[in-house]
Amino acid sequence: MEPARGSLLSIEHIGANEILQILKFARRMNPAKPQPLLKGKKVLLLFYETSTRTRCSFEIAAKLLGAHTVLIQSAGSSIEKGESLLDTGYTLRALGADVIVIRHPNAGAPHVMAQHLDVPIINAGDGLHEHPSQALLDANTILRNKKSFKGLQVAIIGDIFHSRVARSACHLLSKFGVKIILCGPAEVVPDIAATLAPGVRIVRHIEDALRGTDVLVLLRVQTERLAGLKIDLPDYVARYQMNAARLKMAKKDCIVMHPGPIIRGLELTSEIADGPQSRILEEVRNGVPTRMAILARAVGKMR
Amino acid sequence: MSTSLLIKGGHVIDPAARIDAPMDVLLKDGRVAEITPPNKIRAKGVHGDVEKFDARGLIVVPGFIDLHVHLREPGQAYKETIATGTAAAAAGGFTSVCTMPNTIPVVDSVEWIEWLRRPERNAVVNVFPIAAATRASKGVTLTDFRDLHSAGAVAVTDDGKPILEDSIMREALVLGGELNLPVVQHAEDTRMTENCSMHAGARSFRLGLRGMTAAAEASIVERDVQLAMHIPNARLHVAHLSAADSLKSVRRGKRARARITCEVSPHHFTLTDEDMRDYDSNYKMNPPLRSTSDLEAIMVALADGTVDAIATDHAPHAAHEKEMEFERAAFGITGLETALALAITKLHREKHIPLPRIVELFTAGPARCFDLRGRGSLVRGSIADVTIFDPKKKWTFDAAKSYSKSKNTPFDGWQLTGKVIATIVGGKVVYRA
Repeated sequence: MEPARGSLLSIEHIGANEILQILKFARRMNPAKPQPLLKGKKVLLLFYETSTRTRCSFEIAAKLLGAHTVLIQSAGSSIEKGESLLDTGYTLRALGADVIVIRHPNAGAPHVMAQHLDVPIINAGDGLHEHPSQALLDANTILRNKKSFKGLQVAIIGDIFHSRVARSACHLLSKFGVKIILCGPAEVVPDIAATLAPGVRIVRHIEDALRGTDVLVLLRVQTERLAGLKIDLPDYVARYQMNAARLKMAKKDCIVMHPGPIIRGLELTSEIADGPQSRILEEVRNGVPTRMAILARAVGKMR
Repeated sequence: MSTSLLIKGGHVIDPAARIDAPMDVLLKDGRVAEITPPNKIRAKGVHGDVEKFDARGLIVVPGFIDLHVHLREPGQAYKETIATGTAAAAAGGFTSVCTMPNTIPVVDSVEWIEWLRRPERNAVVNVFPIAAATRASKGVTLTDFRDLHSAGAVAVTDDGKPILEDSIMREALVLGGELNLPVVQHAEDTRMTENCSMHAGARSFRLGLRGMTAAAEASIVERDVQLAMHIPNARLHVAHLSAADSLKSVRRGKRARARITCEVSPHHFTLTDEDMRDYDSNYKMNPPLRSTSDLEAIMVALADGTVDAIATDHAPHAAHEKEMEFERAAFGITGLETALALAITKLHREKHIPLPRIVELFTAGPARCFDLRGRGSLVRGSIADVTIFDPKKKWTFDAAKSYSKSKNTPFDGWQLTGKVIATIVGGKVVYRA
């Protein structure tokens, strides 16, 4: 069946107008003065993978809007006993879930759930595929710092292959005509990545990624997902680590973003993480209103 | 009781006998007794106890042979049984199927070969077992090819897994060569495909699924072809070939007159990696749906004779093994009931491959691959396995009505052209539409 109204499964398949609506609504969400848009609703947070930022900010967002939240993690639930994804879904539905937020190590898991349940499903990150709420909160972070998407150049540096954040970001930014540069070694930035969306190109030298760039997105090397791929970390640091000298090559007002978790000394130095151009904690802050908007949309209260 | 069947008024296509003409066919005592131009047989004085089959407007061909099916017995009767799988085969026009040994337990002994062939399995069509090439298909120690062959195994394979070790594959080809027994290879370098669930390309990158490269298949095919070219009498059969580069190796081997054959599955000439939608695991099989250029290369190879057989790789799975995370879902789709219609729709109607060539890929071609004597042709004296189909009939495949126990197919609801009308095994009609 079709996914329930209000589901958010991917950025690739939602239109630019709808994205703008969510972003606009997110800017109206004030965590200090929340409205009870989800009063009495049950938001189930189904996390098959560890998470700090995404899980906490969805939970805070839901609570601020007046919802009851329940967190289900694979450890300590029937998932550990071998219950299937769909059976877990049917169980949550029987418990009266109004929204299911799901984080899963397999690409497409939220889609499978959405095809079988008449409950709005929010993708909170599925395998290597997409991380729509992160792309939306990053878009809001960009819009708070830059006037608009018009004429922007965004460089994403690091492990693109294993990054659902990068895939969602490319789809989102591409819909607004942003020039997108992907940079990193071929092992984690394969040439095929350029086919992801219009306006995406690949460079191998960090200088080429920085020149003329307005927004820099740094990514962690996901060593836990490498599965046979070998990355020479000292070589990676030498060629791609973001430090003060390199950041000077970007535009003067370039902002630095990172979806977290950051690994200081690897993809970036502390002077970058804590420096004046860093927006890493602002991204985390923007997570709450953005996810409030996503949840309000899920229950049809985004007006 | 009549044991004769006269198939009257049909158009016979028998590529092995170079027949493509209106013919009547008389089946008697399990054999083809006569095959003559129309209306000649009665004149020869056949008695009234002959059953007649009116085949006007229909194509009459040797019974189809499928070199690659998984009937799931022993051990996984919840997916399929020999009875249900062969019923699906009959509905698809197949009079003979070759069963893969990756069951539970693996068919690596004479006892299990005999078990598969017993009457109480209730097979509707002929079942030819393929035995495991190595014990428990672990790829370490060869099975007893000689005894398995004598017991009725028509080939050996570790299908589902490749024979990776060079030395084991060489030994298998040497021993197989001595016995004139084909070694069937599932060509996949599993060291390159760990955690992969579809073809490596733009689509897998976009979907966030790890991809199996065409090279993981082609590199094993190339190695096997090299081995086969240098071992006297070795017989190599490449299962479910899916990549353009694999065809290059097969062509080179064939030109060098090595005894190399290969099969292609209908889904690999019908679908590409771009066709999968919404993480639908009915599009997940191994080898995976490849790129458009692979599909086009396969079309050429089907037409020019490089490919010897169309084989379904019928791989039934229960719903609970498919309706789940794409990456965790089982590999494989059913295929027996859609094979002919896909071949007619995709190869004949869209690509204009002549009907006799398509019939060859279902009959004489596979019969030659595994030396199925007396089958694959309708010349006088052949075994009375016959398939009758209507090449123009349009129909819609409804998976729910499939004879197979499992419904895991991407072709549910497809409008197809070409339908099996009757399937005759040993002179007896076992399926009638």
